[in-house]
Amino acid sequence: MNYISIKNNQTILLSDIPESNYEYFYEMITNLVVGRIERHCVNYFGYKVGNNVKLICCIADDLTHEIFLSTCLVNKAHELESFSSQLLCFEKFEREIHENFGINYIDHPWLKPVRYANRDDQSQTINNYPFFSINSEELHEVGVGPIHAGIIEPGHFRFICNGEQILHLEIQLGYQHKGVEQLFLKKKKLLQRATLAEGIAGDTVVGHSVTFAHVWESLCDFEASRDIEFARTLALELERIAVHVGDLSAACTDVAYQLGSAVFGRLRTPIINFLQEWCGNRLAKGLVRPGQNQFPFSPVLAERLKHILDIFEPEFKEMAEKLFTLSSALSRFERTGIVSNDDAVKIGAVGMAARMTNLDRDIRSSHPFSLYSELNHEPILKRHGDVYSRIQIRRKEVEQSLKYIRKLIANVPTIYSENKISKEPQSNSFCLSLVEGWRGEICHCALTDRKGDLMIYKIKDPSFHNWLALALAVRNNEISDFPICNKSFNLSYSGHDL
Amino acid sequence: MVMFENLKILFHQGKQFIPDPTTVQIPGIFRGRPYISGEKVDETELIELCPTDAISSNPISIDLGKCTFCGECAMRFPEKITFTKEYKIATNERDRLIIKEGENKPVEVNPETVRKEIHRVFGKSLKLRQISAGGDNSCEMELNAANNVQFDMSRYGIEFVASPRHADGIVITGPMTKNMAEAVQICYDAMPEPKIIVLVGTDAISGGIFADSPAIDRSFLGKYQIDLYIPGNPAHPLSIVNGLLDLTRKLK
Repeated sequence: MNYISIKNNQTILLSDIPESNYEYFYEMITNLVVGRIERHCVNYFGYKVGNNVKLICCIADDLTHEIFLSTCLVNKAHELESFSSQLLCFEKFEREIHENFGINYIDHPWLKPVRYANRDDQSQTINNYPFFSINSEELHEVGVGPIHAGIIEPGHFRFICNGEQILHLEIQLGYQHKGVEQLFLKKKKLLQRATLAEGIAGDTVVGHSVTFAHVWESLCDFEASRDIEFARTLALELERIAVHVGDLSAACTDVAYQLGSAVFGRLRTPIINFLQEWCGNRLAKGLVRPGQNQFPFSPVLAERLKHILDIFEPEFKEMAEKLFTLSSALSRFERTGIVSNDDAVKIGAVGMAARMTNLDRDIRSSHPFSLYSELNHEPILKRHGDVYSRIQIRRKEVEQSLKYIRKLIANVPTIYSENKISKEPQSNSFCLSLVEGWRGEICHCALTDRKGDLMIYKIKDPSFHNWLALALAVRNNEISDFPICNKSFNLSYSGHDL
Repeated sequence: MVMFENLKILFHQGKQFIPDPTTVQIPGIFRGRPYISGEKVDETELIELCPTDAISSNPISIDLGKCTFCGECAMRFPEKITFTKEYKIATNERDRLIIKEGENKPVEVNPETVRKEIHRVFGKSLKLRQISAGGDNSCEMELNAANNVQFDMSRYGIEFVASPRHADGIVITGPMTKNMAEAVQICYDAMPEPKIIVLVGTDAISGGIFADSPAIDRSFLGKYQIDLYIPGNPAHPLSIVNGLLDLTRKLK
């Protein structure tokens, strides 16, 4: 087979990735993925080489902990057969390739714009996008956004409804597009790039900045010391707790359960305030830097965190116990917004959106990084794929993270490595890094040119896969249940639009 | 029985609200208003260090509208720059966000230049419509936090509303993407007069790290007077609460 297998965070020479013609490439990738639920596409993107476009496909195998890489050179003039007709999980990757390079696909189900970035045809704008529509006297459309009713990021949701029932939901994003990937190349200073990584999704600051740090350290052949990876693992789990608790609050708000909303809402505060006590920022901006441990986690901080968790844990458990036995709330959560396991596999769902349907996708166990191999992480799986499953996962993951954090802080590293990154990034290289953020799998890929400068930086937030799961979840549900469905996924607009 | 359980939870939660958000101290480390000493350092290196060109020379100054509060300058030149824990850093004049060498005075609203109807009309009640125009969801989360049970901004009659028709002003976060330009304009036009514009976070005030991205369109901001700048990356809820109070409550 014409591919190369690498591990998470490995850097290889670009020329080591085997290239094939599109026909062979097409057959090989489909053979790799079809019928193998342990394999899915973590990234698939193109970049210009002269007048041609080079495609790189990255398939992760969760059982063997490998990532398969393969490339293909195509010409814009030729129409291609799409992977999506067989493997729906490629649909957005192919739409992105179409959007950025004007490559046409013969049998792609729907080549709609992804984010209105770098479009060939400038007359098409997000404001005149033609939404999918069904001509019928019995159906009506409901348009929501880009500006929504709360303090939330922009995106447009177009519902086609039969009375109160949602027949179809089309989600059009792109309003948040600010050119992050291009800026990664334009901004040459490492600090600027680290700042950009923090700005990909402000709710996943740790997730994205750890992914960037891993990419950069791998490119520079730097091995992060234990204290650095300790801080990162701890911060990732703290971020997970903070957001999950916030999401439980939001779920309560959306079913009009005031007590849960207020209590979970306020329980998020001690966690993010601790992040600020540690690094000076409530959302941990500034905490993670490549090759550095800017804010060493001291035993004093460990004592302080233990104290905070000792108060947090019983209060969280008491409220969770109450919510998960409250029939009026449960009746809104159960059997609402269901995504089947089949559909989750088809669309390539990741993170919680996969685990809620018993699809075991969790980078912490499948491609371990930082200190996760020591924690023997076991993903929390649910089977029903409804709002209730998603909320249960949050509760269980908060409890699991608490356990991990207690285990971590029982043994705080006291030796702080002074090693700094001493080498320049390797030239003509490729690096891929996977991190399980609270939402799911984050993937960053970097390509360097012959001088070792960044040539391509490709970011994939878990939301890139999972927005389609939301669109499927709301079908045949009451439109009034849309907020709770949406919040139970809590996907990123910014991380998607870049 | 249910009522008893609810009361038990409430009792265990205790009092969570901050009694006075205008005087409370932030625990641990926090990067608020910076102080620049008269110490001599390698100026070129200092200026070169900043990821968003927020530091300039003659005299050495930091523009809080561009600063990402990463603290790198203070870490490299601790004798020159220190970030104090002062969270009151909002003002109505762009120039006041520039902190000069040796200056150690609060950043605050200048009541002389606040539009005169603001105090009269919004002094006791202010309803705001928030728009995220490319924001990364960090400032958005902190704006939400400003209204949670701890910071409880609504105790001052300051609240966020869903419709621009009900709003007295817009709060913009994010560097203003091209794709949001039209929506921001439509939203602003839908609000009745008098109305205010508040920019929250470094990205909104200057574009931050995204300032020179081709996907940004900040022409909207050039058309109107900005009534309040609240810096931060993201802005702390205390900066938000105090900034809005300073704008609407301070007398000449």
